[in-house]
Amino acid sequence: MTEHLPALQVVVPLIAAPLCALLRPGRAVWLLAMAACALCLLIAALLLDRVLAQGVISYAMGGWPAPWGIVYRVDAANAYMLLIVAMIGAVVMAFARPVVEQRVRLPVRKQPWFYATYLLCLTGLLGMIITGDAFNVFVFLEISSLSSYALISIGRDRRALTAAYQYLIMGTIGATFILIGIGFLYVMTGTLNMEDLAARLPAVADTRTIRTAFAFLTIGISLKLALFPLHLWLPNAYAYAPSAVTAFLAATATKVAIYVLLRFFFTIFGAQFSFGTMHLDAILLPLALAGIFSASVVAIFQTNVKRMLAYSSVAQIGYMVLGISLVSVTGLTAAISHLFNHALMKGTLFMALGCVSFRIGAVSLDRMAGVGRTMPWTMGAFVIGGLSLIGVPLTAGFVSKWYLILGALERGWWPVALLVLFTSLLAVVYIWRVVEVAYFQPAPEDRTTGEAPLALLAPTWTLALANLYFGIDTSLNAGVARRAAEALLGVGQ
Amino acid sequence: MKQYSIPRLITKLLLPLILLFALYVQFHGDFGPGGGFQAGVIFAAGFVLYALVYGLDNARRIMPPWLLRVGVSLGVLIYAGVGVAGMLLGGAFLDYGVLDPHDPVHGQHLGILLVELGVGITVAAVMVSIFYAFAGRGR
Repeated sequence: MTEHLPALQVVVPLIAAPLCALLRPGRAVWLLAMAACALCLLIAALLLDRVLAQGVISYAMGGWPAPWGIVYRVDAANAYMLLIVAMIGAVVMAFARPVVEQRVRLPVRKQPWFYATYLLCLTGLLGMIITGDAFNVFVFLEISSLSSYALISIGRDRRALTAAYQYLIMGTIGATFILIGIGFLYVMTGTLNMEDLAARLPAVADTRTIRTAFAFLTIGISLKLALFPLHLWLPNAYAYAPSAVTAFLAATATKVAIYVLLRFFFTIFGAQFSFGTMHLDAILLPLALAGIFSASVVAIFQTNVKRMLAYSSVAQIGYMVLGISLVSVTGLTAAISHLFNHALMKGTLFMALGCVSFRIGAVSLDRMAGVGRTMPWTMGAFVIGGLSLIGVPLTAGFVSKWYLILGALERGWWPVALLVLFTSLLAVVYIWRVVEVAYFQPAPEDRTTGEAPLALLAPTWTLALANLYFGIDTSLNAGVARRAAEALLGVGQ
Repeated sequence: MKQYSIPRLITKLLLPLILLFALYVQFHGDFGPGGGFQAGVIFAAGFVLYALVYGLDNARRIMPPWLLRVGVSLGVLIYAGVGVAGMLLGGAFLDYGVLDPHDPVHGQHLGILLVELGVGITVAAVMVSIFYAFAGRGR
């Protein structure tokens, strides 16, 4: 069966989703979903292992060879992305059961639908990463987007509905732009296969249609990845979604959109066209810097901690786009390694917040007074995630910041490097606000709740420890990231 | 609704034709325009018409929500099941050619027929579910 691994990566959650929907509410549904997520993680790990050992794997769907059929093509870049998404998918699924049972606006009989929707979202995200067909990217994008709107809308706060609706409108505009872009490419080249597109595009590159397609794709993907100033849907969506959903989406959805950006601009259009002819870096660099700076400042003034971290996500996306706009192996390594590291740190932070809201019912700063003493393990994980977010040495966050500063200095852009350091200090400020409230203010007298249950703590701490582990052993998040960057830039292979 | 006898009568006359046409679009999809998506929507439109004229409660008696719940999932399972069958018989995922060991062309026909059937079931069930969800609001 090992030759079928690329197909199984997507098919396993796709089959598990309707099975979950058929089951009655209870433990069995979660067990099935958990087994599917664990299997996905195993498949992703095996795929990465095989790709690193043997090189690119291709899988022709339905036996139709490329470029006529849909081909799943796994190289270092997307094997690495598959691992991130499958890992977060499995860890958050382990975390999800108590949250779904108690902290979601969903009657018990409908709870199986949560797991089905979650698995469909995972299917879509994995499919977007693994496919080698431009139109297939759009199809999977819609699968993951539609299910993520539904997942966000079941948050306990009624405002989750408007947040999901806002995201639906913005996401649909983004997806439509992507579809128009792909359509224009198809009109000019007559193919949808990514490799085939890359081979045929140079002949027609100097036409208005291709330049328009490039513009549509840039805007569409930027909407999905929440690049400043197209990020307006993100803070509300993350703040009002159930904590498990926020942890899952924050760690995966925008990352996959960044991967799609990399795939289109480096593999399909080619770095020479995207950055040499179209000067994409001239747009991405200022937007990334503005996003990092403004979102970090806005985060400092938030009183809802979930919203604060959502704004911090916008800033972190800025770091990734900054790495891309450096257009060098070091810069891309920083961006790709930050995809992994940010998934770890934001997963930890949002899951820790999920533990807090599970016990005290809110995550606003005034309600969190003294939780450091009543929930020491939860806040311990939060602090580790926070240190990683700041980029303290020996945490995962340090690795990507290091490469980012190296990349900026390589280009001689020392003001950019200084800004990265300065905005890391802004992260210190907003994380410190939470730490101060949690540890240095007395808990209210009437609080009787204690530590979060083990079912929530275990996955949270798994990711927290991963933050420390990958801060020391960087063979995966920097080593493989470098190979992925080289594969995308087409050097060193 | 007792007094609207003409719409009730016309609906009764039209309903079998709509459902039959849906099945034609479904199973003739190999050879002409059509397929699971279109057929599913036409099939669901028949139920929507029935519910509009005879009321939501009568429609729910014919197509109860639990059946929709099964239908929504069953279609996806048929689709993915055909794909996995291709895998188990030695081909790639969704390789219909291996479904019939003697004649790959026959296998292709069988495969696409089953896959489109799955699509049709899911689309029809989803369309009726959406209609129920909107029509049942505030009850």
